Amino acid sequence: MTYESMLAETVAFRGHRGDIGEAYYARPLGAPLPGVVLIHHMPGWDEWIKEATRKLAHHGFATMAPHLYFREGPGSPDDVGARVRAAGGVADEQVLGDVAGAMEFLRAQPYANGKVGVIGFCSGGRHTYLAACSLDGIDAAVDCWGGNVIVDDPKQLNAKRPVAPIDLTAKLRCPLLGLFGNDDENPNRDQVDRTEAVLKQLGKTYEFYRYDGAGHAFFNAARPAYRPEQALAGWNKVFSFFHKHLAAAAAARAA
Amino acid sequence: MCSYIVEKAKLLGSAKGPNGWMRIDTANVYYDHPFHAPLDHALGIDFICEADGGRDRVAVELSAASARELVAKILAALANGEIEHGKAQHAAPAAAE
Repeated sequence: MTYESMLAETVAFRGHRGDIGEAYYARPLGAPLPGVVLIHHMPGWDEWIKEATRKLAHHGFATMAPHLYFREGPGSPDDVGARVRAAGGVADEQVLGDVAGAMEFLRAQPYANGKVGVIGFCSGGRHTYLAACSLDGIDAAVDCWGGNVIVDDPKQLNAKRPVAPIDLTAKLRCPLLGLFGNDDENPNRDQVDRTEAVLKQLGKTYEFYRYDGAGHAFFNAARPAYRPEQALAGWNKVFSFFHKHLAAAAAARAA
Repeated sequence: MCSYIVEKAKLLGSAKGPNGWMRIDTANVYYDHPFHAPLDHALGIDFICEADGGRDRVAVELSAASARELVAKILAALANGEIEHGKAQHAAPAAAE
Protein backbone atom coordinates (compact mmCIF):
# COMPACT_ATOMS: atom_id res chain seq x y z
CA MET A 1 0.00 0.00 0.00
CA THR A 2 1.26 3.44 -0.87
CA TYR A 3 0.71 6.02 1.81
CA GLU A 4 -0.70 9.31 0.50
CA SER A 5 -1.02 12.54 2.39
CA MET A 6 -1.69 16.15 1.62
CA LEU A 7 -1.90 19.38 3.57
CA ALA A 8 -4.23 22.06 2.19
CA GLU A 9 -4.70 25.33 4.02
CA THR A 10 -4.96 29.09 3.80
CA VAL A 11 -1.64 30.83 4.30
CA ALA A 12 -0.41 34.40 4.34
CA PHE A 13 2.12 35.58 1.79
CA ARG A 14 3.85 38.83 0.98
CA GLY A 15 2.73 40.14 -2.41
CA HIS A 16 3.18 43.25 -4.49
CA ARG A 17 4.84 46.10 -2.58
CA GLY A 18 5.00 43.92 0.50
CA ASP A 19 1.23 43.73 0.98
CA ILE A 20 0.22 40.73 3.09
CA GLY A 21 -2.35 38.61 1.30
CA GLU A 22 -3.98 35.23 1.58
CA ALA A 23 -3.37 32.20 -0.58
CA TYR A 24 -4.65 28.66 -0.78
CA TYR A 25 -1.76 26.29 -0.45
CA ALA A 26 -1.75 22.54 -0.96
CA ARG A 27 1.21 20.19 -0.86
CA PRO A 28 1.91 16.53 -0.50
CA LEU A 29 3.84 15.69 2.63
CA GLY A 30 7.40 14.82 1.76
CA ALA A 31 10.41 16.34 0.08
CA PRO A 32 11.89 17.59 -2.11
CA LEU A 33 8.98 19.27 -3.83
CA PRO A 34 8.78 21.49 -6.89
CA GLY A 35 6.52 24.51 -6.49
CA VAL A 36 3.71 25.82 -8.66
CA VAL A 37 1.91 29.16 -8.52
CA LEU A 38 -1.65 28.80 -9.74
CA ILE A 39 -3.21 32.04 -11.02
CA HIS A 40 -6.98 32.07 -10.69
CA HIS A 41 -9.47 33.03 -13.35
CA MET A 42 -11.46 36.23 -13.41
CA PRO A 43 -14.44 35.02 -11.35
CA GLY A 44 -11.93 34.76 -8.57
CA TRP A 45 -10.65 32.49 -5.88
CA ASP A 46 -13.44 29.96 -6.11
CA GLU A 47 -14.00 26.32 -5.28
CA TRP A 48 -12.78 25.05 -8.62
CA ILE A 49 -9.51 26.96 -8.28
CA LYS A 50 -8.96 25.31 -4.91
CA GLU A 51 -9.79 21.92 -6.40
CA ALA A 52 -7.22 22.51 -9.14
CA THR A 53 -4.68 23.52 -6.48
CA ARG A 54 -5.23 20.24 -4.64
CA LYS A 55 -5.08 18.33 -7.92
CA LEU A 56 -1.60 19.65 -8.62
CA ALA A 57 -0.58 18.82 -5.06
CA HIS A 58 -1.90 15.30 -5.57
CA HIS A 59 0.49 15.02 -8.50
CA GLY A 60 3.49 16.07 -6.46
CA PHE A 61 3.64 19.86 -6.56
CA ALA A 62 3.56 22.29 -3.65
CA THR A 63 0.93 24.55 -5.18
CA MET A 64 -0.06 28.02 -4.10
CA ALA A 65 -3.06 29.92 -5.45
CA PRO A 66 -2.74 33.53 -4.28
CA HIS A 67 -5.99 35.41 -3.89
CA LEU A 68 -5.32 38.22 -6.34
CA TYR A 69 -8.30 40.21 -5.08
CA PHE A 70 -7.40 40.17 -1.38
CA ARG A 71 -6.92 43.91 -1.26
CA GLU A 72 -10.66 44.40 -1.84
CA GLY A 73 -11.49 42.30 1.19
CA PRO A 74 -12.62 41.37 3.67
CA GLY A 75 -15.54 39.52 2.17
CA SER A 76 -16.45 36.32 0.45
CA PRO A 77 -14.41 35.63 -2.71
CA ASP A 78 -17.43 36.30 -4.95
CA ASP A 79 -18.24 39.64 -3.34
CA VAL A 80 -14.59 40.66 -3.44
CA GLY A 81 -14.46 39.60 -7.09
CA ALA A 82 -17.49 41.75 -7.85
CA ARG A 83 -15.73 44.78 -6.39
CA VAL A 84 -12.68 44.08 -8.52
CA ARG A 85 -14.79 43.69 -11.64
CA ALA A 86 -16.57 46.98 -10.98
CA ALA A 87 -13.17 48.62 -10.64
CA GLY A 88 -12.04 47.27 -14.02
CA GLY A 89 -10.00 44.31 -12.85
CA VAL A 90 -6.59 44.11 -11.20
CA ALA A 91 -3.51 45.84 -12.58
CA ASP A 92 -0.96 43.68 -14.37
CA GLU A 93 1.86 45.16 -12.32
CA GLN A 94 0.11 44.19 -9.09
CA VAL A 95 -0.55 40.64 -10.30
CA LEU A 96 3.10 40.23 -11.26
CA GLY A 97 4.14 41.44 -7.82
CA ASP A 98 1.79 38.96 -6.17
CA VAL A 99 3.03 36.09 -8.35
CA ALA A 100 6.63 37.00 -7.53
CA GLY A 101 5.72 36.98 -3.85
CA ALA A 102 4.09 33.56 -4.13
CA MET A 103 7.19 32.22 -5.90
CA GLU A 104 9.35 33.57 -3.10
CA PHE A 105 7.14 31.83 -0.53
CA LEU A 106 7.46 28.51 -2.37
CA ARG A 107 11.23 28.72 -2.72
CA ALA A 108 11.61 29.58 0.97
CA GLN A 109 10.07 26.33 2.18
CA PRO A 110 12.54 23.83 3.61
CA TYR A 111 11.19 21.04 1.43
CA ALA A 112 11.38 23.05 -1.84
CA ASN A 113 13.48 21.61 -4.63
CA GLY A 114 14.20 25.10 -5.97
CA LYS A 115 12.08 24.87 -9.10
CA VAL A 116 8.89 26.86 -9.55
CA GLY A 117 6.31 26.75 -12.31
CA VAL A 118 3.32 28.98 -13.00
CA ILE A 119 -0.06 27.96 -14.35
CA GLY A 120 -3.12 30.10 -14.98
CA PHE A 121 -6.60 29.75 -16.32
CA CYS A 122 -8.62 32.19 -18.42
CA SER A 123 -7.45 35.69 -17.37
CA GLY A 124 -4.89 33.82 -15.28
CA GLY A 125 -3.61 32.26 -18.50
CA ARG A 126 -2.93 35.74 -19.80
CA HIS A 127 -1.28 36.62 -16.49
CA THR A 128 0.86 33.50 -16.83
CA TYR A 129 2.05 34.51 -20.28
CA LEU A 130 2.81 37.96 -18.92
CA ALA A 131 4.69 36.56 -15.93
CA ALA A 132 6.71 34.18 -18.08
CA CYS A 133 7.86 37.18 -20.14
CA SER A 134 8.41 39.50 -17.17
CA LEU A 135 9.61 37.67 -14.06
CA ASP A 136 12.91 36.00 -13.33
CA GLY A 137 12.93 32.56 -11.75
CA ILE A 138 10.02 30.82 -13.51
CA ASP A 139 11.15 27.39 -14.67
CA ALA A 140 8.03 26.46 -16.66
CA ALA A 141 4.75 28.19 -17.49
CA VAL A 142 1.34 26.82 -18.50
CA ASP A 143 -1.17 29.10 -20.19
CA CYS A 144 -4.63 27.55 -20.15
CA TRP A 145 -6.77 29.41 -22.70
CA GLY A 146 -5.61 32.85 -21.69
CA GLY A 147 -7.57 35.45 -23.63
CA ASN A 148 -6.25 38.82 -24.76
CA VAL A 149 -2.64 37.68 -25.08
CA ILE A 150 -3.09 39.15 -28.51
CA VAL A 151 -4.92 42.46 -28.35
CA ASP A 152 -6.74 43.16 -31.60
CA ASP A 153 -8.66 46.13 -30.22
CA PRO A 154 -6.28 48.80 -28.85
CA LYS A 155 -9.13 50.10 -26.69
CA GLN A 156 -8.57 47.06 -24.47
CA LEU A 157 -5.25 48.52 -23.37
CA ASN A 158 -5.46 50.86 -20.39
CA ALA A 159 -3.56 51.89 -17.29
CA LYS A 160 -4.13 48.53 -15.63
CA ARG A 161 -3.32 46.49 -18.71
CA PRO A 162 -0.95 48.74 -20.66
CA VAL A 163 0.81 46.13 -22.81
CA ALA A 164 -0.37 43.27 -25.00
CA PRO A 165 1.46 40.20 -23.63
CA ILE A 166 2.28 39.03 -27.16
CA ASP A 167 4.49 42.10 -27.55
CA LEU A 168 6.70 40.84 -24.71
CA THR A 169 7.31 37.41 -26.24
CA ALA A 170 10.95 38.19 -27.06
CA LYS A 171 11.53 38.28 -23.29
CA LEU A 172 9.97 34.87 -22.64
CA ARG A 173 12.52 33.12 -20.49
CA CYS A 174 11.09 29.67 -19.74
CA PRO A 175 9.40 26.78 -21.55
CA LEU A 176 5.72 27.47 -22.24
CA LEU A 177 2.85 25.01 -22.51
CA GLY A 178 -0.39 26.27 -24.04
CA LEU A 179 -3.74 24.45 -23.93
CA PHE A 180 -6.66 25.69 -26.00
CA GLY A 181 -10.14 24.64 -27.06
CA ASN A 182 -10.76 24.96 -30.75
CA ASP A 183 -14.27 26.29 -30.11
CA ASP A 184 -13.03 29.06 -27.83
CA GLU A 185 -13.78 32.64 -28.88
CA ASN A 186 -11.15 34.26 -26.67
CA PRO A 187 -8.57 33.19 -27.63
CA ASN A 188 -9.95 32.02 -30.95
CA ARG A 189 -8.10 29.71 -33.32
CA ASP A 190 -6.65 32.57 -35.33
CA GLN A 191 -5.25 34.23 -32.21
CA VAL A 192 -3.70 30.97 -31.04
CA ASP A 193 -2.18 30.51 -34.50
CA ARG A 194 -0.72 34.01 -34.38
CA THR A 195 0.67 33.49 -30.87
CA GLU A 196 2.30 30.26 -31.94
CA ALA A 197 3.76 31.94 -35.04
CA VAL A 198 5.45 34.58 -32.86
CA LEU A 199 6.84 31.94 -30.49
CA LYS A 200 8.16 29.95 -33.42
CA GLN A 201 9.66 32.97 -35.14
CA LEU A 202 11.50 33.96 -31.97
CA GLY A 203 12.79 30.44 -31.41
CA LYS A 204 11.08 29.98 -28.04
CA THR A 205 10.61 26.63 -26.33
CA TYR A 206 6.90 25.91 -26.32
CA GLU A 207 4.28 23.20 -26.72
CA PHE A 208 0.75 24.06 -27.86
CA TYR A 209 -2.12 21.58 -27.78
CA ARG A 210 -5.55 22.35 -29.19
CA TYR A 211 -8.64 20.30 -28.52
CA ASP A 212 -11.56 19.73 -30.87
CA GLY A 213 -14.98 19.73 -29.31
CA ALA A 214 -13.82 21.99 -26.50
CA GLY A 215 -14.24 25.68 -25.89
CA HIS A 216 -13.18 28.00 -23.09
CA ALA A 217 -12.56 26.58 -19.62
CA PHE A 218 -13.04 22.95 -20.62
CA PHE A 219 -11.32 21.75 -17.41
CA ASN A 220 -14.03 23.28 -15.24
CA ALA A 221 -16.37 20.54 -14.06
CA ALA A 222 -18.70 23.15 -12.54
CA ARG A 223 -19.69 24.45 -15.96
CA PRO A 224 -21.33 23.10 -19.12
CA ALA A 225 -18.02 23.82 -20.90
CA TYR A 226 -16.49 20.81 -19.12
CA ARG A 227 -15.20 18.20 -21.55
CA PRO A 228 -13.99 15.20 -19.56
CA GLU A 229 -12.00 13.54 -22.32
CA GLN A 230 -10.19 16.70 -23.39
CA ALA A 231 -9.71 17.78 -19.78
CA LEU A 232 -8.10 14.47 -18.88
CA ALA A 233 -5.75 14.75 -21.85
CA GLY A 234 -4.96 18.36 -21.02
CA TRP A 235 -4.25 17.72 -17.34
CA ASN A 236 -1.87 14.94 -18.35
CA LYS A 237 0.00 17.42 -20.55
CA VAL A 238 0.26 19.76 -17.57
CA PHE A 239 1.62 17.09 -15.24
CA SER A 240 4.13 15.80 -17.80
CA PHE A 241 5.32 19.30 -18.61
CA PHE A 242 5.81 20.28 -14.99
CA HIS A 243 7.45 16.98 -14.06
CA LYS A 244 9.85 17.42 -16.96
CA HIS A 245 10.82 21.01 -16.25
CA LEU A 246 10.51 21.23 -12.47
CA ALA A 247 12.26 18.06 -11.41
CA ALA A 248 15.83 18.85 -12.45
CA ALA A 249 16.92 20.31 -9.16
CA ALA A 250 15.52 17.32 -7.32
CA ALA A 251 17.49 14.98 -9.56
CA ALA A 252 20.63 17.03 -9.08
CA ARG A 253 20.18 16.97 -5.31
CA ALA A 254 19.67 13.23 -5.30
CA ALA A 255 22.77 12.66 -7.46
CA MET B 1 -14.55 35.52 -21.95
CA CYS B 2 -12.95 37.57 -19.25
CA SER B 3 -14.12 40.89 -20.58
CA TYR B 4 -13.96 43.37 -17.68
CA ILE B 5 -16.88 45.11 -19.42
CA VAL B 6 -19.38 46.44 -16.93
CA GLU B 7 -22.45 48.51 -17.71
CA LYS B 8 -23.51 50.78 -14.89
CA ALA B 9 -27.13 51.75 -14.32
CA LYS B 10 -27.95 54.55 -11.92
CA LEU B 11 -30.86 53.58 -9.71
CA LEU B 12 -33.01 54.76 -6.90
CA GLY B 13 -34.38 52.01 -4.72
CA SER B 14 -33.62 49.36 -2.15
CA ALA B 15 -32.49 45.77 -2.14
CA LYS B 16 -32.66 43.12 0.53
CA GLY B 17 -29.71 40.90 1.27
CA PRO B 18 -28.46 38.74 4.15
CA ASN B 19 -28.11 41.82 6.38
CA GLY B 20 -31.57 43.18 5.62
CA TRP B 21 -32.61 46.09 3.50
CA MET B 22 -30.17 48.59 2.07
CA ARG B 23 -30.54 51.53 -0.25
CA ILE B 24 -29.03 51.07 -3.69
CA ASP B 25 -27.94 53.60 -6.27
CA THR B 26 -26.17 51.47 -8.89
CA ALA B 27 -26.54 48.23 -10.80
CA ASN B 28 -23.33 46.81 -12.26
CA VAL B 29 -24.39 44.69 -15.22
CA TYR B 30 -22.11 42.30 -17.09
CA TYR B 31 -22.12 39.16 -19.20
CA ASP B 32 -19.22 36.93 -18.27
CA HIS B 33 -18.24 33.79 -16.38
CA PRO B 34 -20.48 33.39 -13.35
CA PHE B 35 -19.28 32.52 -9.88
CA HIS B 36 -22.14 30.23 -8.90
CA ALA B 37 -24.63 29.59 -11.74
CA PRO B 38 -23.89 26.37 -13.67
CA LEU B 39 -23.39 28.29 -16.92
CA ASP B 40 -20.41 29.14 -19.11
CA HIS B 41 -21.56 32.74 -19.28
CA ALA B 42 -24.19 34.53 -17.28
CA LEU B 43 -25.78 37.94 -17.12
CA GLY B 44 -24.71 39.25 -13.75
CA ILE B 45 -26.27 42.13 -11.90
CA ASP B 46 -24.77 43.50 -8.70
CA PHE B 47 -27.05 45.93 -6.91
CA ILE B 48 -24.88 48.17 -4.76
CA CYS B 49 -24.82 51.59 -3.14
CA GLU B 50 -21.76 53.46 -4.33
CA ALA B 51 -22.65 56.34 -2.04
CA ASP B 52 -22.23 54.00 0.93
CA GLY B 53 -18.96 52.58 -0.36
CA GLY B 54 -20.32 49.90 -2.66
CA ARG B 55 -18.98 47.00 -0.63
CA ASP B 56 -22.27 45.17 0.01
CA ARG B 57 -24.25 43.81 -2.89
CA VAL B 58 -27.31 41.89 -3.83
CA ALA B 59 -26.35 39.75 -6.79
CA VAL B 60 -27.97 37.60 -9.43
CA GLU B 61 -26.48 35.47 -12.20
CA LEU B 62 -28.92 34.63 -14.99
CA SER B 63 -28.79 32.75 -18.25
CA ALA B 64 -29.00 34.99 -21.31
CA ALA B 65 -32.50 33.71 -22.08
CA SER B 66 -33.58 34.29 -18.48
CA ALA B 67 -32.20 37.81 -18.54
CA ARG B 68 -34.12 38.64 -21.69
CA GLU B 69 -37.25 37.14 -20.19
CA LEU B 70 -36.71 39.25 -17.08
CA VAL B 71 -36.28 42.42 -19.15
CA ALA B 72 -39.53 41.71 -20.97
CA LYS B 73 -41.36 40.99 -17.71
CA ILE B 74 -40.02 44.13 -16.05
CA LEU B 75 -41.29 46.20 -18.94
CA ALA B 76 -44.61 44.35 -18.94
CA ALA B 77 -45.02 44.78 -15.20
CA LEU B 78 -44.28 48.47 -15.46
CA ALA B 79 -46.69 48.93 -18.32
CA ASN B 80 -49.48 47.05 -16.58
CA GLY B 81 -48.80 48.72 -13.25
CA GLU B 82 -48.76 52.18 -14.70
CA ILE B 83 -52.08 51.54 -16.39
CA GLU B 84 -53.49 50.25 -13.12
CA HIS B 85 -52.05 52.83 -10.75
CA GLY B 86 -51.36 55.79 -12.98
CA LYS B 87 -47.96 57.24 -13.86
CA ALA B 88 -48.36 60.35 -11.75
CA GLN B 89 -47.92 58.49 -8.47
CA HIS B 90 -44.53 57.21 -9.55
CA ALA B 91 -43.14 60.35 -11.07
CA ALA B 92 -41.36 61.67 -7.99
CA PRO B 93 -39.50 58.81 -6.26
CA ALA B 94 -37.33 61.20 -4.27
CA ALA B 95 -40.37 62.19 -2.24
CA ALA B 96 -40.07 58.93 -0.33
CA GLU B 97 -36.71 59.93 1.17
